[in-house]
Amino acid sequence: MAKTLFDKIWDKHLVKQIEGGPSVLYIDRHFIHEVTSPQAFKGIENRGLNVFRPHQVVATADHNVPTLNQHLPIRDELSRLQVQQLIENCARHGVELYGLGHPYQGIVHVIGPELGITQPGMTIVCGDSHTSTHGAFGSIAFGIGTSEVEMVFASQCLLQSKPKLMRINIDGTLNKGVVSKDIILYIIAKLTASGATGYFVEYAGSAIRALSMEARMTICNMSIEMGARGGMIAPDETTFAYLKGREFAPAGEAWEKKVTEWQSLYSDADARFDVEINIRAEDIQPMITYGTNPGLGMPVNGSVPVTESITDEGERKNMQKSLQYMGLEAGKPLLGMPVQHVFIGSCTNSRIEDLRQVAALVKGRKKNAQVQVMIVPGSQQVSRQVREEGLDTIFREAGFEIRQAGCSACLGMNEDKIPAGEYCISTSNRNFEGRQGAGARTLLASPLTAAAAAITGVVTDVREWLS
Amino acid sequence: MEKLNRIHSRFVPLTLENVDTDQIIPARFLKATTRDGFGKNLFRDWRYDNDDEQKPKAGFVLNEAQYSGEILVAGKNFGCGSSREHAAWAIKDYGFKVVVSSFFADIFKNNALNNGLLPVTVSEAFLQAVFALNANDTITVDLETQTITIDATGLQESFEINKYKKTCLLNGYDDIDYLLSIRTDIEQFEKQYA
Ligand code: SF4
Repeated sequence: MAKTLFDKIWDKHLVKQIEGGPSVLYIDRHFIHEVTSPQAFKGIENRGLNVFRPHQVVATADHNVPTLNQHLPIRDELSRLQVQQLIENCARHGVELYGLGHPYQGIVHVIGPELGITQPGMTIVCGDSHTSTHGAFGSIAFGIGTSEVEMVFASQCLLQSKPKLMRINIDGTLNKGVVSKDIILYIIAKLTASGATGYFVEYAGSAIRALSMEARMTICNMSIEMGARGGMIAPDETTFAYLKGREFAPAGEAWEKKVTEWQSLYSDADARFDVEINIRAEDIQPMITYGTNPGLGMPVNGSVPVTESITDEGERKNMQKSLQYMGLEAGKPLLGMPVQHVFIGSCTNSRIEDLRQVAALVKGRKKNAQVQVMIVPGSQQVSRQVREEGLDTIFREAGFEIRQAGCSACLGMNEDKIPAGEYCISTSNRNFEGRQGAGARTLLASPLTAAAAAITGVVTDVREWLS
Repeated sequence: MEKLNRIHSRFVPLTLENVDTDQIIPARFLKATTRDGFGKNLFRDWRYDNDDEQKPKAGFVLNEAQYSGEILVAGKNFGCGSSREHAAWAIKDYGFKVVVSSFFADIFKNNALNNGLLPVTVSEAFLQAVFALNANDTITVDLETQTITIDATGLQESFEINKYKKTCLLNGYDDIDYLLSIRTDIEQFEKQYA
């Protein structure tokens, strides 16, 4: 029978099927971090258990770590305690930890792929919704809650109901100034913030095939923002070339064997999806969000929708609340609106390719005096690359501040917060109320659009800069 | 886990849609290392002015004395956003046993079920009927028969829950108990899988 990519991986990891209930799914890789793991460690210890398969667990500290002076003790007491507990828990249970100060430390969804821990055909989980990022390698990767982290600790398995499957085909050639962040913001705006709930999404089509691994990760990363369990892309030569030679990727004969195996990971020609959506790459423009969920996005040169035209009362109320929070007027364009902050970072857009794009655009230019620009590389490795390639000089000359690796202003758990009422063009994935700090107003966009705004100080259509 | 079966209670109506987990429990409260005490920070930024417990915001439903009960009723796409289980803990810790909505985000639903908090999906019409009720009306949720009833009008709907999860909630079991019971199967699987 014809199988989808998802089916092939799922079936291979099926330990048992409970009658009238969920499936028992075997988990290959389990990433953990300081915020969603302490209660799970406590949970298994209360039951008198050890971590069942500690070598399949990898830990890092990313969510609440400071991005300045990481060599000093963490000032915030609760954050310090959380990080300290992670160190102790990992030591007690024999889990590998890439903590602060380790050359591999970074945002969990950046380090997994760059170290080659994330591989095609795997099942991958983490107590973090953006685990969907790892699906870019052709794996089943999804975010879980802390009770589920505890389940994986206890048994290396999870109870899961099989999701419905959606395929989104994007064919054609991207317009200039349009990058993968725009593709996913376009899709979410089309499907809404809940449009893919209950589904696992496979992204396919010639426009996807043409993307680099970094760009594919950006797309899979934001699958959760339309409610999907996860997103995935079939592995191909681009995937293999990215993985080859990475720290934990197979090598030598094992590599050849694995690649052969991975080459069978695709949806069969006549495989069935519950929903299929087709998108023309040419229709996508640089995107920006104006509301307080990632589905409220539009082309950067568009106008904020008029609320009266929304017939559904609940939706209208929501939109009005959203615009009020954002301090934006219905019917007005965003182009030319001043912003006070630019944040380039997060597991969506903090990889070396993102930073190279930003550097290429801002080289020889200076930031607008009214704007504060923060660049937070996704990992220590990315930081090192930035230095090796001399991008740091370009950023410093432009007046950008470069920080150390972590989640930073993506969720404002550490000191990196946007003040109330101020606007931030952010390359992260969520524009929820208060996400970047209480009262902060987030406009999600691509690294290119963010970089352009850093220079002009206002919302800018980056296409005007590219000839 | 506590057993759950029949809940008969007044309700708290939160008519907003797309309530995300950053609103349910803002990130700055995620630094705890235990599961307890999150209830006091539930909807923190909607509840208080300037994060000051002495200054409850008028008009936010948790601050309105006429509303109380073990059932939270919310607009569609409740619990979207992050996977933080702290959202479910906060709702449970505050004293709710059931959350009713016309649509739930996936991860939230799982997290709720794993913590003995019952998510009940109803039709949009039923949801609106609840929002139209008086504050002292009551609702009955019966897990055994999988029904939810507005007591004053008798309006009833049945809701879905998978058989396995239902058994777990009725008996107060959790998934870990089950997974531990099949460890030999898991080890067997690992042998042929490698
Ligand atoms: S960067 Fe943001 S979205 Fe990504 S893992 Fe960190 S907090 Fe979550």
